[in-house]
Amino acid sequence: MDLVLVLVIQVLFAMASLALISVGLAVIFGMMRVINLAHGEFLMLGGYSAIVANQHGVNLWIAMLVVAPIVVGAIGVLVERTLIRFLYGRMIDTMLATWGLSLFLIGLVTGIFGNTTVGISAPLGGMAIGNYRTSIYGLVVIAITVVLLVAIYLVLRHTRLGLFARGTMQNPNMAAALGLSPPRVYAVTFGVGAALSGLAGALIAPISGVFPTIGIAYIAKAFITVIGGGAAILSGTVTAAALFGAIQEVATYFTTPVFGVVITLAAAIVLIRLLPQGITGRFLKRWL
Amino acid sequence: MIGLPLLLELSALLDVTVYLILAILALSLALVWGYGGILCFGQSAFFGLGAYAYAIAMFNIGESTIPFVLAIALPAAFAALLGYFMFYGRISDVYLGVITLTVTLILFNAVNSTAGPEYHIGEARLGGFNGIPSIPPLNWPGFPDSALDLEDLFYVSIVLLLAVYFGLRGLLVSRFGRVMVAIRENEQRAGFLGYDARLYKLGTFTLGGALAGLAGCLFANWGAFVSPTIFGLGQSAQIIIWVIVGGRGTLIGPVVGCIAIQWLTAFLGSAQLSKASLEHVLGPTIAKALSSVFGIADFSNTNLVLGAVLLAFVLLVPKGVMPTLLDLARATVGRRRPPATELMPDKAEGTT
Repeated sequence: MDLVLVLVIQVLFAMASLALISVGLAVIFGMMRVINLAHGEFLMLGGYSAIVANQHGVNLWIAMLVVAPIVVGAIGVLVERTLIRFLYGRMIDTMLATWGLSLFLIGLVTGIFGNTTVGISAPLGGMAIGNYRTSIYGLVVIAITVVLLVAIYLVLRHTRLGLFARGTMQNPNMAAALGLSPPRVYAVTFGVGAALSGLAGALIAPISGVFPTIGIAYIAKAFITVIGGGAAILSGTVTAAALFGAIQEVATYFTTPVFGVVITLAAAIVLIRLLPQGITGRFLKRWL
Repeated sequence: MIGLPLLLELSALLDVTVYLILAILALSLALVWGYGGILCFGQSAFFGLGAYAYAIAMFNIGESTIPFVLAIALPAAFAALLGYFMFYGRISDVYLGVITLTVTLILFNAVNSTAGPEYHIGEARLGGFNGIPSIPPLNWPGFPDSALDLEDLFYVSIVLLLAVYFGLRGLLVSRFGRVMVAIRENEQRAGFLGYDARLYKLGTFTLGGALAGLAGCLFANWGAFVSPTIFGLGQSAQIIIWVIVGGRGTLIGPVVGCIAIQWLTAFLGSAQLSKASLEHVLGPTIAKALSSVFGIADFSNTNLVLGAVLLAFVLLVPKGVMPTLLDLARATVGRRRPPATELMPDKAEGTT
């Protein structure tokens, strides 16, 4: 019974962390159709921002939940203004440019911080469930992810900002005719996506440590989640994260963590063969 | 060129040989992306598979004919399987890029984690992140005792590079090549004309995989060593950068881009822009300010340079060096019509 509870928590955590690392990418891709291959590096920068802020005396929770998203969000706006906006409508060039940005950021951060892992211990310690122990921090990450997803839903669905964003996403020309400024909406959206990535990177940092090439560990998972999810930002990310998170944990349980990831990614490729438009391309079509 | 080994020192000969080998890899993507219009971020997957297939087969067999064939056939078969999933799933260009990238990362992760002695295929230990050292060299077919030395490998690489280059030239003027370019230009229109775009793309992709595997086999010979980094992101990035710098829709461009970028990375690797040389270049005040902001400042790593090169070319010279030069030459010389296969290389990307 205790073992089942621990396994359930592990599966939930795998789902939550997949949703967490993917949602920033989903916002940028779902709304702007920009394939951001520097997404992994946004996560990495989030981790570094939190750790550096913490080392300079900022409370860890503030560093993770406030400083990291603000820093990476600002970097996101900067990147959109200096790079992405020249490449709208040229999807493959955007991909190549963000890949160049990704390599550049890896190189830059390696130059600044060196090529070593910076660790930060997970706060809150552990908790006993019968004969097993689980970390409380993992539960907090699950809770934060749920709150975050609900918040994104509420903002997109029930605020003017969300209305503008959805309108521009559906038809930028019509939005412009109604007096919105699509370039500004794009810049803000990219910034918000980057901020979400920064937050995710910061929350993951205590679990995995941070090093300049850590983005590579996340980027495949994040992309496969977003593409597997399909067009709808939230329901797509959540369903795909739930599916792949479960597959990953079950596969990890029977093999090793590395092969768990390998099996997940292989399953994702089969899924895309079956549902080229992703899960929400066929099911839950009308959802956000 | 033939007398080169007599003139060069051993290290220089090694450098030139690896440029030739990587040029074959560049040509494989020049075909798949530049002419086939298939954006493959995972060309290094086939390169690595070729190298690993050769190494593993070599340890088990000991005579290089079958390993050489395997190093080409296995990546080709893998490309065919992957291509089936992608093209028959009607996956669009952008997703192709993401999926091929993912496959490369899967292979990297899988091979990287096989360090223990329990991971072996026959006699060959996979070695995980340590790689496979002391891979036996190629030998002349049927004569296991007459192994190729470095000079022989240089000649073999040159012959194979020329064979691949002229083979592809021939392919491009054949019926297959023309249909391939037609599909790149407009898949739907080619479909209406009765060509099965999926089948032609699968053929192109498989051939590209085979050529990358050939390059991988030679590469494993060159260093007598192969490690998982061959599947890594940096390696896949480099191949894309060669093609984009040299120019999509040409064959010679990617070869030139490959040699130029490889030379640049090698140069930067040896130059070591250390703190001292930074001070020398920028003057002590700026260098001091930089290092007080960033702590240690060592910005000589290849990622930084490759990233900057890729960004600069995408933004400023998206067509690549060779097509831009050709355009300039045409504009100054006169209005010679470009050959059909080089029309509008921009359209290679598609916008769906």
